[in-house]
Amino acid sequence: MSHVLSHTWALTVSRMRLAMRNRAFLFFSLVMPLAFLFIYAGIFGRGRAQAVPYLLAEVLALTVMGSFWGLSVQLVTFREQGILRRFRVTPVGASAMLASSLVSNYFLTLPTIAIEFFLSRSVFHMAGLGNVLSIFVLVTIGTVTFASLGLIVASVTNTMQETQVINQIIWFVFLFISGATVPFPFLPGAVQAVAVFLPATYLVSGLQRAMIDHTTLPNLGMYLASLGGCALIAFVVSAQLFRWEPESKAPRQAKLWAAAAVVPFLLLGIWETVNGDLRSHAMKNLQSIREPYTLERIEH
Amino acid sequence: MLSGATIEVNNLTKRYGNVEALRGVSFAVNEGEVFGLLGPNGAGKTSTVEILEGLRTPDSGSVSVCGLDPQASGEEFKYVIGAALQATALPDKMRVHEALDLFGSFYPQRRGTQELLGRFGLEEKRNAYYSQLSGGQKQRLALAMALVNNPRVVFLDEPTAGLDPQVRREIYDIIEELKKEKKTILLTTHYIEEAEKLCDRVAIVDHGKVIALGTPRELKQRSGAVTRISVRMAKPETNGALENLEGVTECRAEADDYLLYSTRVPRTIVALVKHLEEQNNELVSLEISAPSLEDIFLELTGRRLRD
Repeated sequence: MSHVLSHTWALTVSRMRLAMRNRAFLFFSLVMPLAFLFIYAGIFGRGRAQAVPYLLAEVLALTVMGSFWGLSVQLVTFREQGILRRFRVTPVGASAMLASSLVSNYFLTLPTIAIEFFLSRSVFHMAGLGNVLSIFVLVTIGTVTFASLGLIVASVTNTMQETQVINQIIWFVFLFISGATVPFPFLPGAVQAVAVFLPATYLVSGLQRAMIDHTTLPNLGMYLASLGGCALIAFVVSAQLFRWEPESKAPRQAKLWAAAAVVPFLLLGIWETVNGDLRSHAMKNLQSIREPYTLERIEH
Repeated sequence: MLSGATIEVNNLTKRYGNVEALRGVSFAVNEGEVFGLLGPNGAGKTSTVEILEGLRTPDSGSVSVCGLDPQASGEEFKYVIGAALQATALPDKMRVHEALDLFGSFYPQRRGTQELLGRFGLEEKRNAYYSQLSGGQKQRLALAMALVNNPRVVFLDEPTAGLDPQVRREIYDIIEELKKEKKTILLTTHYIEEAEKLCDRVAIVDHGKVIALGTPRELKQRSGAVTRISVRMAKPETNGALENLEGVTECRAEADDYLLYSTRVPRTIVALVKHLEEQNNELVSLEISAPSLEDIFLELTGRRLRD
C-alpha cells in the first residue's frame, strides 16, 4: 500500500510538472475558464455585483467539468505513444497511474478556482464568498468525479479520434443541459427531465446554492453522495478496464461496465423526479440575479 | 533444459490472429551470460522478450526469470529486471534527469541519477527535454533507465536498431561493461556483428522457432559452411593443382590471390604448404575468413537475415 502511495505521489509531481510545460493545458485550464468568467460576469451579468455569485458558480462548474476532457485525452495520448508500456515494466500499477491522474488534475485545478474567486471579488466586486467549506468540498468531489469519468472514456475508447468524438458528445450535453450555460429554469420540461440524471446538473446547482444561499454540507448531502459514488465507481471501473498497450482493444462488455458509473445519478434522477426540489432551488438561485424582465419571462 | 538457469523458456507458443508468432520456443540463460536472440524481423524475438518482461502472456508454455513467473510475481519480479524496450517513449517535455529520478523512485534500491548520467554520457543533456535528444541519446537514456534499479537481469530489445555505426559502437561498449558486471543480459538483434561481438551464446530464431543454439564459435563449427582461405604466392600457379588439395571444394583466382573454399581448414593448409615446397614456390600472404553467422543463417534457412 505504501508503495502505491509513493508511486502515486512521484507520478503526480511529474505529471504536474509536465502539465505546466504544456501550452495547450495552460490555455484550456487557465485562460479559457478565466475567459468564461469575464464573458459571464461582464456580458451576461452586465458587470453587476449581485449577479456574480450565480454566474461564478457556473464558471466554477465549467472549470471542474473540464477535468473530464483533459484527463481522457492525456491518458489516450500516453497509451498511443507507447509511454504507458514503459511504465508497465516498472513496479507502477494501474491504480497509481490512475490516481496520479486524479490528484495532479485536482492540484492543477485549485489555482484556477482561486483566481476565479479573486477576480470575482476584485474586478466584479462580488460581495461574499458563499459557504466556503461547501464550495471547497463540491469542487474537490466534483473534480475527482469528472476526472474519473474522463478515465472511463480513456478506458473504453481505442483511438484518439474515438476519444475526441465521445468527449465532444458528453461535453456538449454537460455544457448545455446542466444549467452551466443556459439556466436550468430556461430549459424545456423534457430537457429538464433528462438533466436531472446528469452529474453536471447537481454540480452546478450545488455550487449555486453554496454561493448564493450559503447552503451547508449536510443540506448538499444527496448531491455529494451521488458525485462521490459516481467517482468511486468510475475509478474502480477504469482501474479494471485500464490498458497499457496501444494495440490492446477495449472489450465490448467494457462499455457496459462503464455504464455502471452513472448508476448513482440514475438513482438520484429518479428520486429527484419523484420527490426532488432541484427545480425550485434552480428558480430561487436564478432570482438572486434580480433581473425583473428575465423573471417575468420565465414566470409566464 | 538447464536447471537453475536465470532465465528459462519452455515450449512457448503465441498467436496473433492467424499469425503464429512463436511455435515452441525453448532456451535457458545462465547467470551472468549475455544471450542473443538473432533473427530477421518478424521471427518472434520481440514476442519472446516481451513475454519474459511480463508485457504479453503466452498461449502455452512457461517462462521464469530468477525463478519468478513474470505474470504472477508482481513487484518482486519488477525489482529484478531492467528493460530497454524496442521503442521506448517518454513525454516530450520530460527532462533527462527527471526521467531517471522518476523511474528510480519506483524501486527500493536504485542507482544515483548523477552516476547514470555520467556513465551513459548524458551529463550535458541532463536538463534537455526528451524531444530534444538525438536517436542515440534517447537509446542511451533507455539503457540508463533499464539499469536504474541495478537489476539482475537486463532485457535489451534491438538496442542499436536504426542507429548510425558510431552510436552503435558506443552502445556495444556499454553492453560490454554490463557484461563485466556479470549482469544476465538477453539481447535481441538482427545484426550479425552485434551477436558475434557481444553474445556468449546465441539462439537463431526464424518463423517462431529456435533453429540453432550455441556459442557463435560452436555454431560456426557445427555448420557445414565452408571457410575461405585467401592465398598469395611468389609465383603464379598454372596447373590447377590447388583445387585438388585436401578439403578444398572450390578454387578461384582473383587478381593476385587464390581463393580456396575449404571444409577442413587445417588439412588444407598443411597440404598447401607441402604443395608449395614441392613446386619450389613461396607463400607471400595467407588469410582465413571463418563462416559468419550470416552464412550459417543462410545455410539453415536458404535466406539472408535481411531478406
